[in-house]
Amino acid sequence: MQLAVELDKVSFAYPGGPDVLEGVDLKIRRGEFVTIAGPNGGGKTTLLRVALGLEEPVSGTARLFGEPADRVRDRYRIGYLAQRTRLGIDAPATVGEVVTAGRVARRGLLKPFGREDREAIAEALSRVGLENQASTPIQRLSGGQQQRAYIAKALAGEPELLVLDEPTAGVDVDAQEAFGAFLGELHEALGVTILYVSHEFGAVERFVERVVLVRGGIVFDGPPAELPAHWHDPSHVHP
Amino acid sequence: MFILDADFMQIAFATGAVVGVLAPAVGFFLVQRQMSLIGDGIGHAAFAGVAAGYLLDVSPVGAALVAATLAAVGVEWLRSRHRAAGDQALALIFYTGIAAGVVLVSAAGALNANLFSFLFGSILTVTWSDFTLVAILGAVGLGIIALLYRGLVAVALDEEGARVSGLPVGLLNVVLAALAGVTVAVSMRIVGILLIAALMVLPVIAAGRVGTSIRSTILLSMGIGLLSVTAGLTISYYGNLAPGGAIVLLAAAFALAAVGGAPLLNRTR
Repeated sequence: MQLAVELDKVSFAYPGGPDVLEGVDLKIRRGEFVTIAGPNGGGKTTLLRVALGLEEPVSGTARLFGEPADRVRDRYRIGYLAQRTRLGIDAPATVGEVVTAGRVARRGLLKPFGREDREAIAEALSRVGLENQASTPIQRLSGGQQQRAYIAKALAGEPELLVLDEPTAGVDVDAQEAFGAFLGELHEALGVTILYVSHEFGAVERFVERVVLVRGGIVFDGPPAELPAHWHDPSHVHP
Repeated sequence: MFILDADFMQIAFATGAVVGVLAPAVGFFLVQRQMSLIGDGIGHAAFAGVAAGYLLDVSPVGAALVAATLAAVGVEWLRSRHRAAGDQALALIFYTGIAAGVVLVSAAGALNANLFSFLFGSILTVTWSDFTLVAILGAVGLGIIALLYRGLVAVALDEEGARVSGLPVGLLNVVLAALAGVTVAVSMRIVGILLIAALMVLPVIAAGRVGTSIRSTILLSMGIGLLSVTAGLTISYYGNLAPGGAIVLLAAAFALAAVGGAPLLNRTR
């Protein structure tokens, strides 16, 4: 079984603070679509940061693609969509410039772009339906379209693991539903591993294979249909 | 007398042209990272460098270059290591720089008109050797921006995403900070230590309201910077005014016009 993410007895605390995570075991296979859910402050973003090698666990080990997460080679294999508030949506950038930024790590900082890169960028734009908007300033797009542009940025690096951190925060319900369906299609078409981190996951419930519920540790790990018996998300409407 | 008949004006225009283009090019990336005021903090460290130059009897510009670059890298180090929040790191450098400058200036007995030329800019004191240094450092600075352009843009748009995907974000941030330090040091003879930060920020604010892409915004901000410097120097020459003030007031006028006119422009697009 090839693993994309593997956490083994991981505990984590910020300096001088209490444990945020305690004894977390988690295995995510390549090609899975998993949501990491839980209340705000429950530790899901910390779990994500440890899994990606951005934070070092106090104890236990974190591995990405079978390598220690903080020393993994070829990190361009990870496509990452940060929380909306951390993105430069106010920058005077075109959609094309945003998506091109997602290709830089795969090509290398100093190497010039070639035909392969331009094709990957065009493919990513086409995949999210923005192929005719490459020269449109990103500020002129709707919230849902901006989100797609940043997904295209993550896809431009042809990732094996797509990580989305609170992707629907600040987006209206209709756009959330459309986004969930889009991710479902993307997963089916590309077979890419998707890690969807959010305190609300109703938009992707029909498409994810597993829900991992985090509250200081993992309190539930299984198919979404089995979750209601364990936890009720007030923002979550079951179909 | 025609303005370019004077040798010192030829030097001032040549030096100012480099400054007018370099400052907004570096400033764009600082503004995008919401570090618009870093130039002010570095400027105060450059003041300490100038004072140290007088005290040690070495080139004030060279000493300011070292001080400004070290200060810029120091701010980035404090910020990135979470030793201090961005504004606190800046405050630390800002006040340490100005205090050290005052102490060193008084120790050197250098509180004179020449010092004021560094604070507010002067078109009379720039030499051809100053221009040579500014031209070399300006060319190197613009060359580094061109070389690292895609990486700098990636960090400006999404620092966390760039870090996750393996770009050397820390290195790019240190390079950008060092470029800010160099820009302050090379610009201070023309614009003045107290006003150089404005030339890194105001043309970018103006261009950001009009530009439709990162590339067009950077190029436009460089154009506005160049126009502000050349027109400001001309006004300064004929009006016998401090060049730094004239240049920055023009850049501010461009920024205000862009902020006021942008909604109108957007309606016509």
